[in-house]
Amino acid sequence: MGRIAHAFENARNENRAALVIYLCAGDPDLSTTADLVVAAAESGADVIELGVPFSDPTADGPAIQRAAERSLAGGTTLAKVLDTVSAIRGRTDVPILLFGYYNPILSYGEQKLVDDAAQSGADGFLVVNLPPEESAGLRGPAVDKGLDFVPLVAPTSNPERIAQAASAATSFIYYVSMTGVTGSKAADLASASERAGALQRELGRPVAIGFGIKTKEDVSTVAPHVDGVVVGSAVVRTIEDAASPDEAVASVRALVSELAQGLGRR
Amino acid sequence: MRYVPRLMQPPEPVSGRYGPYGGRYVAETLMPALDELTHAYEESQGDPAFQAELGSLLHHYAGRETPTYFASRLSEELGSRIWLKREDLCHTGAHKVNNTIGQILLAKRMGKTRIIAETGAGQHGVATATACALMGLPCEVYMGAEDVRRQAPNVRRMELLGAEVHSVTSGSATLKDAMNEALRDWVTNVRTTHYCVGSVAGPHPYPLIVRDFQAVIGQEARAQMLEQAGRLPDAVVACVGGGSNAMGIFAGFIDDESVRLIGVEAAGEGIETGRHAAPLCEGDVGVLHGAKSYVLQTPDGQIKEAHSISAGLDYPGVGPEHAWLKDIGRATYVSVTDDAALDAFQQLCRTEGIIPALETSHAFAYLPAVAKELGSDADILVCLSGRGDKDLETVLQKLKERG
Repeated sequence: MGRIAHAFENARNENRAALVIYLCAGDPDLSTTADLVVAAAESGADVIELGVPFSDPTADGPAIQRAAERSLAGGTTLAKVLDTVSAIRGRTDVPILLFGYYNPILSYGEQKLVDDAAQSGADGFLVVNLPPEESAGLRGPAVDKGLDFVPLVAPTSNPERIAQAASAATSFIYYVSMTGVTGSKAADLASASERAGALQRELGRPVAIGFGIKTKEDVSTVAPHVDGVVVGSAVVRTIEDAASPDEAVASVRALVSELAQGLGRR
Repeated sequence: MRYVPRLMQPPEPVSGRYGPYGGRYVAETLMPALDELTHAYEESQGDPAFQAELGSLLHHYAGRETPTYFASRLSEELGSRIWLKREDLCHTGAHKVNNTIGQILLAKRMGKTRIIAETGAGQHGVATATACALMGLPCEVYMGAEDVRRQAPNVRRMELLGAEVHSVTSGSATLKDAMNEALRDWVTNVRTTHYCVGSVAGPHPYPLIVRDFQAVIGQEARAQMLEQAGRLPDAVVACVGGGSNAMGIFAGFIDDESVRLIGVEAAGEGIETGRHAAPLCEGDVGVLHGAKSYVLQTPDGQIKEAHSISAGLDYPGVGPEHAWLKDIGRATYVSVTDDAALDAFQQLCRTEGIIPALETSHAFAYLPAVAKELGSDADILVCLSGRGDKDLETVLQKLKERG
């Protein structure tokens, strides 16, 4: 079992959902990213989605777009993100899922990325614009190396596509709570999490729900239904609003601790 | 044990490949909509009523067929026989309407109640707004702020036609960013909204659908050449941004091995300056806006900003079928600078009394090279993809700067 699946199982054994926290690598800088990952893990994050910035993030709303722009302006590259993961591995074992878009991966080379990611201590990949049909070149090598490939299911996915995603999944499935970009206002988290929960029962594997989950209250709305809860834009905004890297780390620590209080199943 | 992964092979790649290019690299949310569009399109192909409605609108409303015109004075200057396929005479002033009428008919067929589009020069935006007005559907167009500025007349036209124009300020504030924003809208409103893509770019089935709707250009031109010139042309020349007018005219000649197909990209301020929009000439294989093709990118896989005097060519990607035609050698891709395009713009005004779009002017700027190579006994067909009224301000300002 990989670290990610293990983290989900741990959370289940504690009768709670797993907390997945998104951070955009290189925002505000890569050294602070390492501190933020450690702080999030110490404050209750079970899995880190480490965003690899891309110039044209078409599935992201303004908050994550701006984070990616800041990161790229600072010179972040996929290679430097992997170096950062290596550095983090000396400090925490929290599972790290590399999260991003396909072009930087294609440009790096899929097999080479899998080799280097495994070497760095990363745990898997979630690629927003790489549906199961296009994923063989990354998923195959990743699975061979014991890294996870996390597929997405959307509210628009039909049963056939859900089955495809389920068979591509190696640890959990990411359920997108709504049609929209990251950071949008959720229309109805309660019913979205019920759908995600039904999906989880049907597929017999963990589902994490993301998009539009910002507060502890949002977390407690969805946590009873699914094995994982993803918070992204709210964390990124906290970092954006911080006056300094130290303040960003402190704010993320506080936010993640608070979000973690909503994970219980009661 | 609940968490044991099933290591099944993922499904076969989707159709819509041109060799290694094309495909569907989009968010899962959009995948069902692309399937729906593919099915609707396939059904419409076999539906005589749909084809009759499309044909009737193209003829009575858009003004097809467009003429192929022998440009005698330009021919005299260049030293080959030059023929112009007059897409500038289409309703709305460019070839874009061939595609938008087709796609909006498809959108109605799918029961979509709202249309969005991206636009660079504004020609596709105008053509989409026009088709929406014609068929009574609300239309919103995403346009880079930089393009809103340099193509102001088209913004006003879209607004008059009832469309809402969103000025996009992210990134380079041009066509690439407009397409990003249109995709974000679509992923949000996909259930009710059809995204009317304007070029042979984007995820499958768009490159296929847009090529097929534009293929009327090449089909007409081939028949017209046979009738008027008594032979096929030796070369067909078209400008390439995303590549829809080029793909449309190439489609008519692709099986005629004797006909050279030449696509002309924008070299902007010069290839050597790095400020250009020539992914086929200077880019690498990458994935942008849902398809694999040639892309302008950094060594780290970030998309670079394109640069061209022409808003319609100012795009760092290109349709996947062009990438394939380049690789197999069926078409040749070259580039010309902003300055060369400006010279060609003036030449066509002066010799033929036709003001071409700045996009189209790139095709004309490469004609002297083709004519020089092929000589006086050659017939060269150019896709005159659009008219240049929208560009007057840009052209006059540039000419003033040049002195």
